[in-house]
Amino acid sequence: MFHEPILVVLEIGRSGTLTDSAPELIGAAASLGAPVAVILVDDASRADELAAQAGTLGATGAHIVPLDQDALVVGGVDAVAAVAERVKPEAVIASHSLPSREIVARYAMRTHRALLIDAVGVSRDAEGIVVHHSVLGGSYLVDSAPSFGAPVVTLRDGSVVDRAVPASAEAIVYERPPWSAPAARVMSREFMESGDARPPLSRAGRVVAGGRGLGSESGFAMIGELADAIGGAVGASRAAVDAGYVSHQSQVGQTGATVSPDLYIAVGVSGAVQHLAGMQTAKTIVAINKDADAPIFEVADFGIVGDLFDVVPRLVEELGARR
Amino acid sequence: MRIAVLVKVVPDTYGERRITLETGLIDRAAAPVVDEIGERAVEAAVTLAEETPGTEVIVVIMGPESAADPGRKLLALGADRALHVVDDGLVGADLTLTAEVLTQAVRDLDPDLVLLGNVSTDGGGGVLGAMIAESLAFAQATYLTSISSDGRTIRGRRVQNDETLEIEASLPAVASITEALPDPRFPSMRDTMAARRKSFRTVSAAELGVDVADEESPRAVVLAASRAPERGTGVKIVDDGTSAAQLADFLFDRSIL
Repeated sequence: MFHEPILVVLEIGRSGTLTDSAPELIGAAASLGAPVAVILVDDASRADELAAQAGTLGATGAHIVPLDQDALVVGGVDAVAAVAERVKPEAVIASHSLPSREIVARYAMRTHRALLIDAVGVSRDAEGIVVHHSVLGGSYLVDSAPSFGAPVVTLRDGSVVDRAVPASAEAIVYERPPWSAPAARVMSREFMESGDARPPLSRAGRVVAGGRGLGSESGFAMIGELADAIGGAVGASRAAVDAGYVSHQSQVGQTGATVSPDLYIAVGVSGAVQHLAGMQTAKTIVAINKDADAPIFEVADFGIVGDLFDVVPRLVEELGARR
Repeated sequence: MRIAVLVKVVPDTYGERRITLETGLIDRAAAPVVDEIGERAVEAAVTLAEETPGTEVIVVIMGPESAADPGRKLLALGADRALHVVDDGLVGADLTLTAEVLTQAVRDLDPDLVLLGNVSTDGGGGVLGAMIAESLAFAQATYLTSISSDGRTIRGRRVQNDETLEIEASLPAVASITEALPDPRFPSMRDTMAARRKSFRTVSAAELGVDVADEESPRAVVLAASRAPERGTGVKIVDDGTSAAQLADFLFDRSIL
């Protein structure tokens, strides 16, 4: 087993505890060495609790750094730099989500480290750390590595299944660093309530996505019903988002989320190449579309040519009957 | 106000995008187009320029020779001039080298605002704006779904982690925009004619003062590349009223549900 410290950048969610990406980030780090967490917080009042949570997930250290969250990104860069200087990690791993990706990308720029972005996995070979990528909409797999030195790596949400064995981490609390760079200021912030208990799209094991075929915002509600019937997340094509049937947060594709769930059901989605780029690595793809020539059928494991307004309600019924 | 707009020329997402397996690099000769988000960034800059008279818009493109023709078209969208950084030593440039080159190109232009798209369709990194803000020591206002300026500050909206933030930055700043911003205006005949007289300058990395082969800087290198496995052929049925039941059978029989 390798014991070199691997620095993991963790953030706090709305509940005040570690975000959903923490288990996979620590898991990925544990496959390379000893995970040490830097946790970016508003204040250090729950430091011990956060360190305990990180420890349970496999972290062997927890450096808690309070930031002024009204300065966009820059405080996080200083925090990562301060902890990395102390820990001297063999790699820095963060989520590819916002703002993490920007925090560590700036850190890489500041400290002249190789930046390996949007990884779907990490491993070691005889020479060192290897980073795995799924690129060009999932059509190619690429392995990369730093030419030398400790790399900075961002990890795509939901892509690493490895989990670390529980460890323990004591909280090391830092003083709030004054940020050193010019920064944009956050004038106001508002949470967007999704109003539902569905799993987040980026790491959902099952996704039901709707396209323009749903015809309207109220038509799109059917997607939510099917998603609930299978405990899945709601996705959408860009066409459905642009038409106003659903919010951009649900968009899957080239300019939306890249997902790789176990099951992806595409309803009324034509399968334009830009949509496929966001989901064609899903394990099982189902397509329901009235156009037999829709390109989505080329990637579907099970395709139904039919009227989604007939098929989907029947499907929800069939699924209910089999419980 | 002077605005530098950074634009990337990429393989057309409507075409077949390829990686050359021997090098692990994207095939940039095939069907290069200005990344759609870059066109939106130019449009955003031109709109800001219209609102603040006396504003100059300069497009900066780092890319191979094949990026020149698509890049030139941006002059017809209202940009005043363009700079194309071309250098054989930049083939396969990773994010940090790209950021260093663009930083130098921008620094020489001395802009108040640097605008670019939030994320490219080929690289998918979405961090260049942040990296350039770091090396220029400009304020970073990235992933904006709206943008406005009064000539001294820029303001916009940014979405992260299910939060919508209203942010404000004093110039000089680096701002990146999302596809929520409008796509470009259709150039008039006059715009297209006028574009021919605008400056499209080419420069090498060395002329910018960047040593592309600098051994002191670690870079991301490709070790291996392969095509992802093909998906097998699936089942396709026409609905006769029983398709939902057949699908449910399929999902339960294979323990997918």
